[in-house]
Amino acid sequence: MSAVLDPHGHGAADHGHDDHHGAPHGWRRWVYATNHKDIGTLYLLFAFTMFIIGGVLALLIRAELFQPGLQLVNPELFNQFTTMHGLIMVFGAIMPAFVGFANWMIPLQIGASDMAFARMNNFSFWLMIPAALMLAGSFFMPGGAPATGWTIYAPLTLQMGPSMDASILALHLLGASSIMGSINIIVTILNMRAPGMTLMKMPMFVWTWLITAYLLIAVMPVLAGAITMVLTDRHFGTTFFNPAGGGDPVMFQHIFWFFGHPEVYIMILPAFGIISQIVPAFSRKRLFGYASMVYATSSIAILSFIVWAHHMYTTGMPVTGQLFFMYATMLISVPTGVKVFNWIATMWKGSMSFETPMLFAVGFIFVFTMGGFTGLILSMAPIDLQLQDGYYVVAHFHYVLVAGSLFTMFAGYYYWSPKWTGVMYNETRGKIHFWWTLISFNVTFFPMHFLGLAGMPRRYADYPMQFADFNAWASFGAFAFGFAQVYFFFFIVLPTMRGQGEKAAQRPWEAAEGLEWEVPSPAPFHTFENPPKLNADANRIVA
Amino acid sequence: MMNNIYKKLETASLALAAYGATAAWAVNDLPGGPAVNQLNLHPPVTKIAEQQVWLHWFMLIICTVIFVAVFGVMFYSIFKHRKSLGHKPATFHESVKVEIAWTVVPFIIVILMALPATKAVVASKDTSNADLTIKATGYQWKWGYDYIKGEGEGIGFISSLDEKQRAMSDSGKPEPTDDYLLKVDNPMVVPVGKKIRIITTSNDVIHSFAVNSFGIKQDAIPGFVRDTWFRAEKTGDFRGQCQELCGKEHAYMPIHVKVVSAEEYTAWVADQNKKMAAKQDDPNKVWTLAELTAKGSKVYEANCQSCHQATGQGMGPIKGLDGAAVVLDADSSKQINVLLNGQNNLTMPAWKQLSDTEIAAVISYTKNNWSNKTGQLVQPAEVRAARQ
Repeated sequence: MSAVLDPHGHGAADHGHDDHHGAPHGWRRWVYATNHKDIGTLYLLFAFTMFIIGGVLALLIRAELFQPGLQLVNPELFNQFTTMHGLIMVFGAIMPAFVGFANWMIPLQIGASDMAFARMNNFSFWLMIPAALMLAGSFFMPGGAPATGWTIYAPLTLQMGPSMDASILALHLLGASSIMGSINIIVTILNMRAPGMTLMKMPMFVWTWLITAYLLIAVMPVLAGAITMVLTDRHFGTTFFNPAGGGDPVMFQHIFWFFGHPEVYIMILPAFGIISQIVPAFSRKRLFGYASMVYATSSIAILSFIVWAHHMYTTGMPVTGQLFFMYATMLISVPTGVKVFNWIATMWKGSMSFETPMLFAVGFIFVFTMGGFTGLILSMAPIDLQLQDGYYVVAHFHYVLVAGSLFTMFAGYYYWSPKWTGVMYNETRGKIHFWWTLISFNVTFFPMHFLGLAGMPRRYADYPMQFADFNAWASFGAFAFGFAQVYFFFFIVLPTMRGQGEKAAQRPWEAAEGLEWEVPSPAPFHTFENPPKLNADANRIVA
Repeated sequence: MMNNIYKKLETASLALAAYGATAAWAVNDLPGGPAVNQLNLHPPVTKIAEQQVWLHWFMLIICTVIFVAVFGVMFYSIFKHRKSLGHKPATFHESVKVEIAWTVVPFIIVILMALPATKAVVASKDTSNADLTIKATGYQWKWGYDYIKGEGEGIGFISSLDEKQRAMSDSGKPEPTDDYLLKVDNPMVVPVGKKIRIITTSNDVIHSFAVNSFGIKQDAIPGFVRDTWFRAEKTGDFRGQCQELCGKEHAYMPIHVKVVSAEEYTAWVADQNKKMAAKQDDPNKVWTLAELTAKGSKVYEANCQSCHQATGQGMGPIKGLDGAAVVLDADSSKQINVLLNGQNNLTMPAWKQLSDTEIAAVISYTKNNWSNKTGQLVQPAEVRAARQ
């Protein structure tokens, strides 16, 4: 019987007082779930499933690109793969995974008994299931899945089959789910903190999610507007983006990226939060510059609203437009730099140890910074003219999204899973997973910088032969990377879910701070039913 | 046991080496196009591209220096400040001075980076006083070039990927070819040392006109015109590819710009004008069925086959022509209308850029090919009438 799936929770036995009416049993526990921990588990499992589906699509893409010539799929299907890989990874894997972390950890970290709106929490999870089915099922609709790229640029969307409408509906559902999730997170954080936990004493993960939730509420409706206009253009005779009726295709890009750029930070800010928890814990030293971390995160969030058109340098903007967006984009590197410096200053003169969470955290800082620098290079409009819509861009955003978001989720999993499951993961296997992932990641994506500089465009099913070797390397690395994640699930996650492994202590990490370590491992079904009394730093329960 | 593993490793490395030997695909660098395993930007052929290459090096060096410095500190700390070495943690956790310093210094570095970039942006946007203006129109999936101002005014043609290379791609086993997927039937020809302004637009969805060696990339947007410019300093052949996802054949609409000397250019213009005059069919000529289908088969191969297939069966969302009602219909005006205006939101694009004769020929061909045996033919005059 698994610890996570165990309705009573092993650790709850000696804390019967926390568990007075227990968990519901059977399927009702999950379908009617209102407990933040159960919903967090659901989110994480859902996200991992989507991650595997998106990953299989990525491997199909890499298999086709292994050699020049079309060996496996036709170009139409190839475009469907790239589109659905992007949509599924962004909306199905990364975003829900961070919401899963938020559900599990925010109430535990702020000393709240649950999320503010427990039933809405349930609804926002279950809304994602039909959406995911529609997205993944679009391959079986007439004409196949959308083949427009995840950016769904008009007017190419007008040429798509019925699956485009299904995807639009799916995005609406996912957007509604995100908005509900965000409202829930904001209300929970602002109203349900334990007495004594002031805003500036909150753990960084809570802070980054608070800011992320505001970003989500601000931009998801913008995406909803854009895709609704696409829908009415397709079926109801409007011509928002159709030049034949006086519409403007570039307008779609402006609206899309007004959503899309904050979206990028939605996918990375919670990651910054997780890293800001892990680095101090394993450096045995407090986070350096807590206040400046909060300000840096907020500045990144605000700046993210005024840089969107750096995705559109090649659409033909006036000089002043290009210059404005270039300067604004370059500015983002300042607060991002502050964060990296703070993490390193936290490590400086610490007493570090390198368990798997710390390995992934350090790996993240190192590799993510490379993605940050390529971002700075891309922000320069003249260089971007060479690189836009090519493999350099592909390399860049995988360095920040895979090595950024995904690595931190792994770090977060290793860090918090003892609390979730009540058992320690296997450290050796964790280390194997880390090195295997880090190396195969770089084998996959590093050569893409060269491909991009040499001019290979993205979303190409076939390419000139001079690009063959680097593509072969990338494909080889991608498969190695994929297998590493299969290993992760079957040899690390599954055993801990089944409760196999060394029993985790309440404080598995020597110097980890925060209220989540004040409850037993695994965390009982109900925690903090009565507001805890906190110490002055708001990271320990007194009395 | 160990021996066994070594043997396996040896076999594996031999296989890898063998693969490595063939992996270069026996192709050579393509001047003006990609080089084998190229690591950096293309050698620049215009001032703008030169600035871009310079800027890229400038950024790369600054970023590398910062990267090495920052991570030097991190790795020093990782190796020295370890629990396993008995290092005791310090207790500092903030310093306003340090924090202000590492906010202000990056800010200054960013400003220093922005200065040369600004100069390059302003230069790349100045499309005034061009010697020659060419309109590049994106079609699904080919480029149309119209010389609209300057020497050669009036010349216009379509440039599409070599059909043999497209077929090679489909076969899955392309032969080693230096200009694989980069060879077109009619390259754009321009004179060296002249300022060429390229106006981009599109007939259907967004495409993007790009030539790396010139440092230009400009989206071609339906319903709108945008422009960019270049002044090539060397003669030669320069390649690019469509850079904005435009549907199924996105990877198969390359760009080839041939830069020639002024004399060669003048000769080319004369030659083109002659060809265009010869191409003008007598509009009132009445064609026989055999003549039309022979011509139509060529038009079909060049324009229709990549979607509708040689078998006329279509594929996926693309409708078949073999046995299709609109093709068999005795009233050929329906089919003429589809070709002139497109249908299904331009999944079937409009083909009005083809000549009356070409449209008449290809319709006659589809009406009398595969299992379609209507015996009907469409004359160019009917197409011309439908255009009005």
